[in-house]
Amino acid sequence: MATETVAPGQATRRAFLKGAGTVTAMALTIGFEWAGATRRAAAIAAPSAGALFTPNAFLRIGADNSVTVIAKHVEMGQGAYTGIATVVAEELDADWSRVRVESAPADAKRYANLAFGTIQGTGGSSAMANSWMQLREAGGKARAMLLTAAATEWHVPVEELTVEKSIVYHSGSKRQARFGSLVGRAAALAVPETVKLKDAKDFKLIGHQVPRVDVAAKVDGSAQFTLDVMLPGMLVALLKRPPQFGATVKSFDATAAHAIPGVVKVVQVPRGVAVLAKSFWAAKQGRDALAVEWDDTNAEKRSSAALMDEYRRLADQPALSARTEGDSAQAIRNAAHKVSASYEFPYLAHAPMEPLDAVVKLTANRCEIWAGDQFQTVDQANAAETAGLDPQQVSIHTLYAGGSFGRRANPGSDYIVEAVSIAKAYGADGTPIKLQWTREDDILGGLYRPMYFHKLEAGLNDKRELTGWRHVIVGQSIMADSFLAGMIKDGIDPSSVEGAASIAYAIPNITVELSTTRTGVPVLWWRVVGSSHTIFAVEAFIDEVAHAAGEDGFTFRRKLLEHEPRMKAVLELAAEKAGWSSGPMPKGKGRGIAVAEAFETYVAQVAEVSVDEAGHVKVDRVVCAVDCGTPINPDIIAAQMEGGIGFGLGAVLYGTITLKDGRIEQDNFDSYRVLRMNEMPKVEVHIVPSTQAPTGVGEPGVAPVGPAVANAIFAATGKRIQVLPIEVNTG
Amino acid sequence: MSTSFVLNGKPTTLDADPNMPLLWAVREVAGLPGTKFGCGMALCGACTVHLEGQAIRSCVMPLAAVAGRRVTTIEGLQSEAAKAVQAAWIELQVPQCGYCQSGQVMSATALLEKNASPTDADIDGAMSGNICRCATYSRIRAAIHAAAQSIKA
Repeated sequence: MATETVAPGQATRRAFLKGAGTVTAMALTIGFEWAGATRRAAAIAAPSAGALFTPNAFLRIGADNSVTVIAKHVEMGQGAYTGIATVVAEELDADWSRVRVESAPADAKRYANLAFGTIQGTGGSSAMANSWMQLREAGGKARAMLLTAAATEWHVPVEELTVEKSIVYHSGSKRQARFGSLVGRAAALAVPETVKLKDAKDFKLIGHQVPRVDVAAKVDGSAQFTLDVMLPGMLVALLKRPPQFGATVKSFDATAAHAIPGVVKVVQVPRGVAVLAKSFWAAKQGRDALAVEWDDTNAEKRSSAALMDEYRRLADQPALSARTEGDSAQAIRNAAHKVSASYEFPYLAHAPMEPLDAVVKLTANRCEIWAGDQFQTVDQANAAETAGLDPQQVSIHTLYAGGSFGRRANPGSDYIVEAVSIAKAYGADGTPIKLQWTREDDILGGLYRPMYFHKLEAGLNDKRELTGWRHVIVGQSIMADSFLAGMIKDGIDPSSVEGAASIAYAIPNITVELSTTRTGVPVLWWRVVGSSHTIFAVEAFIDEVAHAAGEDGFTFRRKLLEHEPRMKAVLELAAEKAGWSSGPMPKGKGRGIAVAEAFETYVAQVAEVSVDEAGHVKVDRVVCAVDCGTPINPDIIAAQMEGGIGFGLGAVLYGTITLKDGRIEQDNFDSYRVLRMNEMPKVEVHIVPSTQAPTGVGEPGVAPVGPAVANAIFAATGKRIQVLPIEVNTG
Repeated sequence: MSTSFVLNGKPTTLDADPNMPLLWAVREVAGLPGTKFGCGMALCGACTVHLEGQAIRSCVMPLAAVAGRRVTTIEGLQSEAAKAVQAAWIELQVPQCGYCQSGQVMSATALLEKNASPTDADIDGAMSGNICRCATYSRIRAAIHAAAQSIKA
């Protein structure tokens, strides 16, 4: 495992949820970065190297006036490349039309996610939040050096210079110079210790409608994904994995596989048996022809229904406290009105459109990897261990990822390790090998959003005020048994309870408890992580409580959020824009509201649904209000809210992974249903203006849509949704 | 075994297993990687190409079945409708991860080539076979309407 790459106490998800800790780590890392950058700048001052200005790890300016921003985060659809480039270009005053983005190599020293400590990776909606000051300084210091270069050349005071679109101007002498003509002189300068950054009111790119850097290539088919990597002599590998988690290869017969034209070799690796061939089609036929006998001694053989029965029982057993304030047991016992409910959440697959894939070129002393890599230095360490190399001998080319939703960042680097193990078994002779997962491999392949059972109880006093809240969560830990296990404190995996333990409503007596289960089903974070289930439970239940209190769901919530101005503001904005107070909807239609904080971003949504006489649910409209601090790119924020709503909606309406006797019952998009065009509601997004530090938008939009829809279904039908997916209830 | 057909306007002969799905033939044999693999069962539309102008799923179409016929991939789009679709996709900033978008563009183009003024229901009918896990559906819908308008203008 990659334990050595983790600084104890730093790489906690909880730490990066807390602004103060993040800022400290950021300042230290920038100091380090710039010490390194000074050395690099000096090195580039050599006479032969005048054509390039590389003031730091994030930026390269060419004599041709090109500006290349180096992105330490993967572009998987969330707009990170555009956001990163925007922030650098803003402080640099670069010509946006000449800005290019290049992916950074795997390098924890230069490219760590400052929210993760010393790991390079993307997750927790942290790309812009952790990069914000680092990239502003990178752009601002480079600009200062270019100005100094111009001032020196023209013998004028640097204060008299201005910059616009990659051109430096001196109005007094009517001189101007493109960045490209200054790179030689700028490269010889020392990087300044400090730089004055822009006032928000002077932003020309940040907060404006800047087009994405990746759209043109994604419209004409030229964007390069891992699927598209074609290297001379490359083989395609498909891996036959066991039918139950934990089963292993007992024996296999490759005779029929070898008979397929194009099949080159069949090798056994720890996770199964791989067929290597000259084409995908040959590898697929070869794998279909492969006969493998499995040893299921240690396999998970239970069914998900049996697991849920066990979870239900566990919810009534003593559990560990994730939050205790006051005495909720007494408050509920003495309550004038009591409310209780339980909620069931299935396993979910991420199902990114690009099935997992990785290309590996392995020799005795080098391992080169191409992947839509979301967890670069963890993958680097795991690949090194698999190959028997040092991490420094492993290089990673990060390509566009065809979606991920968390799947391509996993502590065990499953798909990377598989590819490296196949290359090793093949002989580590430098033959490029592309491991390609099929959709069936993806849906059957595990690392699901865990299944959970939630039980909630609340008490209202005789004035119908909420006085007691008890929330019990039962399910697997994502972080257990991985290098992240150190983040589990007092038995509480923070990713199991986030959104529930952090419930923002003013309730005098609160208990949130966790009962962590173990199964053989591998689990992983899935877009918005814990809040993918906790927010549903909290927001569906608070709606039940509001109903019991005889109050409207919006006004009841607002009253309990007086001390949470940002959360209250998005709630009010969503309600206002949705016409919440416009009176009841026609028969068969309903409106529901929900609000969430996830990764320090605040999102409220109002859903409008139609339910026909057969019980079929159609979500017609979702109005979304979001406060993510400084909006870096409003159009990308809107796109992430739209996409998050569609992604979350598909899951709550249809998404479920079930096991029967340990075998997964879904394997492609026919049995694992996701949202389609005809099911997408109209979405309106309203962004709260802000000058606070930016927070993430990739995930938070997913959290409130489920409960908003469930609450709308209640408004339409009087029926509560307590088992997901919704389709299970409505047919 | 070789199969001859017209690929992006050019007579082409591919030497490959005639049962190989057209998807893999255009990607790995013809070297045109814009068409994507998503499900292998005609369930997601990422592999959509045009066969005689109709949107089809190339992941389940055997190479032999296109012998003598005209196949167009994302790399070969030329029509007015195609250019309008691609321009609208850029204007409305449709793609996120982008992996499904070749297929989306191919389906949308085929729709507009036979229906100059699609309604929302027409769009649902033509596009519901194309999954986008980033859920860019609202923008796809708006971009199809915008492309239809731009062709008429």
